[in-house]
Amino acid sequence: MSAAEMRTRFYAELDPVLAANPNAVLVLAVIGAGYVGETIARRPGQVVDVGIREQAMMGVAGGLALTGRRPIVHTFAPFLVERAYEQIKLDLGHQDVGALLVSAGASYDVSSGGRTHQAPGDVALVSALPGWTVHVPGHGDEVAELLRREAAGAGRVYVRLSGQHNARPQPVDGRVHLVRDVSGGVAGGAPLVLAVGPMLDVVLEATRDLPVRVAHTNTPHPLDADGLRELTGPTPMLAVVEPYLAGTSAAGVAAALADRPARVLHVGVPRDAELRRYGTPRDHAAAHGLDAAGVRRQVEGLLG
Amino acid sequence: MTDIDSVPPSVVELVARMTGDEKHDPSVNSTLDVLWVLYDQVLRVFPDAPDHPDRDRFLLSKGHGPASTYAVLAAKGFFPVGWLDDVASWHSRLGHHPDRTLVPGIEIGSGSLGHGLPIAVGMALGLRDRSRARVVVLVGDAELDEGSNAEAIAVAGRFGLDNLTCVVVDNHSDNLGWPGGIAARFALEGWQVADVAAHDHAALAGALRTVARDRPSAVVVDTTLHAGVRGQEVAA
Repeated sequence: MSAAEMRTRFYAELDPVLAANPNAVLVLAVIGAGYVGETIARRPGQVVDVGIREQAMMGVAGGLALTGRRPIVHTFAPFLVERAYEQIKLDLGHQDVGALLVSAGASYDVSSGGRTHQAPGDVALVSALPGWTVHVPGHGDEVAELLRREAAGAGRVYVRLSGQHNARPQPVDGRVHLVRDVSGGVAGGAPLVLAVGPMLDVVLEATRDLPVRVAHTNTPHPLDADGLRELTGPTPMLAVVEPYLAGTSAAGVAAALADRPARVLHVGVPRDAELRRYGTPRDHAAAHGLDAAGVRRQVEGLLG
Repeated sequence: MTDIDSVPPSVVELVARMTGDEKHDPSVNSTLDVLWVLYDQVLRVFPDAPDHPDRDRFLLSKGHGPASTYAVLAAKGFFPVGWLDDVASWHSRLGHHPDRTLVPGIEIGSGSLGHGLPIAVGMALGLRDRSRARVVVLVGDAELDEGSNAEAIAVAGRFGLDNLTCVVVDNHSDNLGWPGGIAARFALEGWQVADVAAHDHAALAGALRTVARDRPSAVVVDTTLHAGVRGQEVAA
């Protein structure tokens, strides 16, 4: 496997993480179990597979957390976040306990599977609940570091794995980082393109000869407001490129820039229509304007 | 000297202290017998140390009609009885649905139906092999409509969670009914089951104390067998 590939990396890291954290319990609803058979055999007390029962999966996670365990809950994004959304709200949040939710199958990863296996609204939904941190890693190394750190923690954390990844890992410190300054000596006020998670390489390619700076974060929620303010300056011109529902980070960006005149473009999966096509993730990225050509076209629109 | 088959008048009085405008009157009545027997005779809990790691956990899943729970917790000393005087007011920690972060002795925030039993399964898994504590969850017969309960009943049965007890308060308020009876649905999934009448405190205590070594237990409490109040209970 490629070290950059996130889902296989997650499964590979689970066994050492469970070994290092005796309180951690992997909670599954069938999906994923086939990848961690050895771990299940080796640590039966630390893996719970409830069958195809997502409400029970999330309720069980809440109950485990209430007894001091650290649930790591994993399945495909639609079944993890949407199927039992009220359980996330009540069995974790309202009980004031934490869990580490890890989804696979981001946005249109399962393009050939159709709408039933796609949940581009997942980050928006999780962000709508109090007390959650959302990580959108873009490389397997980031996944490994996040898993090790968050499995040892106690907070409410959503980690969103996707099939699309960047060539190189980025820091997972929750901050917004400048990745590429504008070329050709344009003054410091050049527009900023903020790439979230696996969109970084796409954004770098899309904008390589445009007069913009490129920044990156893999923690879109809560958004690093200070970092964003510092990078965008007194009159921000900003494009946010996210691999899920367009405008998901709009509230965080608006709050960060509330005291200054800002022009902000939000690029992501369109909200207004369901794409009733199969094909590859690449096909879907192109249809949503999330390939390099589409991102470039939209950023050029912002630049005018 | 109190009759062992009735809730002490002092506790009934505590309920009455709250029930002027109580939102879910009938469910208060239907759960008081069960709650009193649990806290007076069955559960190992510590009002002075409500977070004791080896305490038995009681989960009021249905969340409605928490007045009886509040009354019993106050009677047992989890919090001052004065808290019962302004329930659901701005300054009160006690609402029409309980919040675990606000009330000593309340194990889960509940009110939306069908959450307690799955959470109880997780608690039983979390405590198994680490503590002798039992997990007792109370659900209503109408609450069983929620499919999340069917998921949890199956999971608890297959996992043989012998530290889990589900008490079903059956006031026959379910709209579509449960052909074959409620206990049969648990029995089919491998639970130990018992049917008892709410007014028979000795039988209730016996059923609630009885645990099997390899399986969860369900106690179905029929409140309509409580002489004289059947019509009122059914009105729920």
